[in-house]
Amino acid sequence: MSKYFLPVILFFILASFLFVGLYRDPTTVSSPLIGKPVPQFSLPRLQDPEAVVSERDFHGKVVLLNVWASWCLACRDEHPILTEMAHHKVVPIYGLNYKDDRADALRYLADFGNPFVANAVDFSGRVGIEWGVYGVPETFVVDKAGIIRYKHIGAITQKDADEKLLPLVRQLQSEAP
Amino acid sequence: MREFFSFIVGALFCFSVLAQPEAVAPEYESRYYSLLKELRCLVCQNQTIAESDAGLAKDLRGEVKTMLYAGATDSEIIEFMVSRYGDFVLYRPPLKPTTWLLWFGPFILLAIGLLALARVLKRQKNIGSSPLTEEEQAKVKSILGRTEE
Repeated sequence: MSKYFLPVILFFILASFLFVGLYRDPTTVSSPLIGKPVPQFSLPRLQDPEAVVSERDFHGKVVLLNVWASWCLACRDEHPILTEMAHHKVVPIYGLNYKDDRADALRYLADFGNPFVANAVDFSGRVGIEWGVYGVPETFVVDKAGIIRYKHIGAITQKDADEKLLPLVRQLQSEAP
Repeated sequence: MREFFSFIVGALFCFSVLAQPEAVAPEYESRYYSLLKELRCLVCQNQTIAESDAGLAKDLRGEVKTMLYAGATDSEIIEFMVSRYGDFVLYRPPLKPTTWLLWFGPFILLAIGLLALARVLKRQKNIGSSPLTEEEQAKVKSILGRTEE
């Protein structure tokens, strides 16, 4: 009996590792930017190319920065959730329009609604690199002190919004600036 | 006919995944290519940014090139990438407490295997090394005798 004890234990240890691995998404890589100040940027505004959007616009408030593009299909899935948040004025949502065509981006917002306070145009993707963007859509939660507190990779589902993003936003909003 | 056509189109796409890194000035060439081979493309995770044709890989190649031209050292470029994308961007994970198991785990398993092997071999060697007692020899004889009958 004791002869089989050790192999059986080893088997269950291995099996439990593999079992946990089944439910992990290898494409989600945690960002080293969490807990760090937002990278500086200064980009033209989508609706008004003469105006500038920069991280200074976030000053003193909790904001979401949503990285999106009109060519991104998963962005269309999460768009109603962003629109809903904007409608209830839960939190200001800034957009980083990533490697997109201006006309396409404007048409996208006209078609699906515009939840964004302002959109920064990152045509080259250079600012995206600063933010560690690798898969659109991505959503950053920034606190009042301008620190990145959370990054959501991929489309936001209603569940993600209810269980993770909104509670975090409320918690951060209640913190002293 | 239609199937044949789509097969041809599919075959063409197969070959298009080989990336074409941008040309750089000869003095930067060797550093440029060795850096590209160190960095992982996060979109297609099992490719380096030298191999990948993903948009992000292309952008990161451009970034490496720009930084090289601006006079950055190799370690500055690697550090910049790690600060944006984390250790995962490195094809060779760095040696630190969280990666000890990754680096040393295989050697620990090897050591366990060798120990187990040594134990088995020792046990096998012990069998037959001590001579049989008279009682045992009698038993052996009786068994052998029985089968011969």
